[in-house]
Amino acid sequence: MTKKIFLGLALMLILLVPTTVLSAHAESAPPAEPDAKDKYNFNAGGATFPFPLIDKWRVEYNKNYPGITLNYQAVGSGAGIKLFTTKKVEFAGSDAPLQAADIKKAPAGTLHIPETMGAIVVTYNLPGVQTNGLLLTGDVIAKIFLGQIIYWHDPAIVHLQKDPSIAQALKQDRNKIIVVHRSDGSGTTFAFTSYLSQVSSDWNGKVGKGTSVPWQAGMGGSGNAGVAAIVKKVPESLGYVELAYAKGNKMASGIPMTYAFVQNHDKTAFLDATVATTAAAAKGAISSLPAADGVWSNVSINDAPGPNAYPIATFTYLLVNPNLEQLKGMDKQKAQDLVHMLYWFVTDGQKYSEKLSYVPLPSAVQELDKKGISQIKFNGQQLWSYP
Amino acid sequence: MMTIKMKKGSPHIDKIFKYIAIGAGTYVVALVVMLVVNLSTGSVQVWQHEGIGFLTGSDWNSVEGRESYGAFPYIMGTLVNAGIAMLISVPLSFGIAMFLSELSPKLLRTPLAMVVELLAAVPSVIYGLWGLYVFRTYIQDWIEVPLHNLFGDQSIIFAGTPFGLDILTASIVLAIMIVPTIASISREIMIAVPNSQREAAYMLGATKWEAFRLAVLPYSKSGLIGAVILGLGRAVGETMAVTMLIGNTTGAAAIPTSLFQPSQTMASIMANEFAEASQGGLHLAALVGIGLILFIIAFLINVIAHFLVAKVVKSHEGAVLA
Repeated sequence: MTKKIFLGLALMLILLVPTTVLSAHAESAPPAEPDAKDKYNFNAGGATFPFPLIDKWRVEYNKNYPGITLNYQAVGSGAGIKLFTTKKVEFAGSDAPLQAADIKKAPAGTLHIPETMGAIVVTYNLPGVQTNGLLLTGDVIAKIFLGQIIYWHDPAIVHLQKDPSIAQALKQDRNKIIVVHRSDGSGTTFAFTSYLSQVSSDWNGKVGKGTSVPWQAGMGGSGNAGVAAIVKKVPESLGYVELAYAKGNKMASGIPMTYAFVQNHDKTAFLDATVATTAAAAKGAISSLPAADGVWSNVSINDAPGPNAYPIATFTYLLVNPNLEQLKGMDKQKAQDLVHMLYWFVTDGQKYSEKLSYVPLPSAVQELDKKGISQIKFNGQQLWSYP
Repeated sequence: MMTIKMKKGSPHIDKIFKYIAIGAGTYVVALVVMLVVNLSTGSVQVWQHEGIGFLTGSDWNSVEGRESYGAFPYIMGTLVNAGIAMLISVPLSFGIAMFLSELSPKLLRTPLAMVVELLAAVPSVIYGLWGLYVFRTYIQDWIEVPLHNLFGDQSIIFAGTPFGLDILTASIVLAIMIVPTIASISREIMIAVPNSQREAAYMLGATKWEAFRLAVLPYSKSGLIGAVILGLGRAVGETMAVTMLIGNTTGAAAIPTSLFQPSQTMASIMANEFAEASQGGLHLAALVGIGLILFIIAFLINVIAHFLVAKVVKSHEGAVLA
């Protein structure tokens, strides 16, 4: 009898132990929460695009952990990278991954932590087309921005339209397209021009990709808000802005800003930019993503394969130095709290994205981020382990 | 022989005063020297890369691996933009100053002068936003479109698509911005002309205009030039409002040919691209180089002004200096 009980117990142990170990493996504990008596301020700076979201995080995180404050300066991606490489900030925000020239100056093993995603829309102000859904392909967008398609009634645009009333309105329009681009260097421009370089070899040869590029046509507005302001005010204009800005703005006539549907990579459909289609773009690109400490300079979720993948989308990154002892005023407890805050951003923080027109990270990207965060060290010592 | 008796302890105060004054004087010189040194060392890279072509070239490409920079379009943009603004604002400002010092009823003078000075204190972003959201549409509908339709694309200066964000709008708003500066200083200078001068002119039977031309103008000439130079200084360096209105093109497209064409000034391209230029790169050096050119141009304007004023002072002993 006792033998049987022992056998049973032993069997249970044999069966249970691996499963508990396994489940512990999959559901690893989150990093330690900040101590109640911790009082730390984190300085960060960089991209303007994720600023509304990061600011929301700042407020919410501080509600949960009153001792921890964050000071994120939205000074622009380039300025953020400058602050980061000179070790003036604990982390930086950048819309573009570090390029070859920056990598040389940045701390060794710099981590790219994608913290949210956004879509870029081609917005237009056409008195004859008062709704979303002008249909455009990447090639046509490139030609418009190269100054090769000058008029709205160009057959290359008209022939794409499936809605006869839009096609008719375009045919009757005798005006030139007033092209609007960003005048300031920006991560939005980087993502947009990367897309055009991917889909048009002509664009790649003449212009290329960058945070500011030698534009072949049109005029510049400063910031997403500046481009939106011009497109809203000037009839017959066309420009590119982040989806959040198109959603948040109204035309002079009171209707929401109108924007185009863009043909997908598979050339099977013209897609509206939504949270779902942008998330699909990230899924399409997920297999090609490097590890957080890898080389990200050529990473792009533009023109991702898949029938529902909106083609002009971008990650925005947090750049983190993996060896936190290199930063001034850093101690182990503070480093520990930073790890927790970053972890909170990419997990709990994601629930605030959608309301602000950002796209929540798909779980595969979250996993990648968690692995990246687990690589953060203080004096060579890992602060949180994640399998 | 007269001696002045010092109070006890005053020699120390005298010394302290001396050092404070020397310190303040050195500070100005040191600041200028550091500025020049910083701008020069910061832009060495681009001068090495482009040579004199940085001044004459019109390419502007910051794409990695294809970098090429030329400041010519922005130098021209700055000069044309400031030039048109001066053409509009100088006569207007002198008119205001003349009215306030010579013609206006005594009761109105002080309140009007205060209003002019108040305008000088409006921040430039306000002018920029007003220009972008309100003024641009008036310029487009009432000036640009009629002129464009009348003269068409054949006339060079009215060619292009008139949409209101161009050299013309930027220059007019810039003119509006510098009018208060020039007008209020000119008024002070004209008022400072001794009344005996005017009375002498009237005594000889001069009309109001003659009195102004013969008595007030010669007396205040150098001061008025000083006022114009101050206005020009502001016009050349103005950033915020111009950036919002000038259309911000880069490269050869920014060389101003038509009034209805977007362009770019030196100040606006620095404001536009500085934040995203990568650290220690050629792009940043090019922007710092543009800062150096702007500094030199501002310096030249001041030197020329100095000589002009000195010349006028020589020919009219006792003229009022601003």
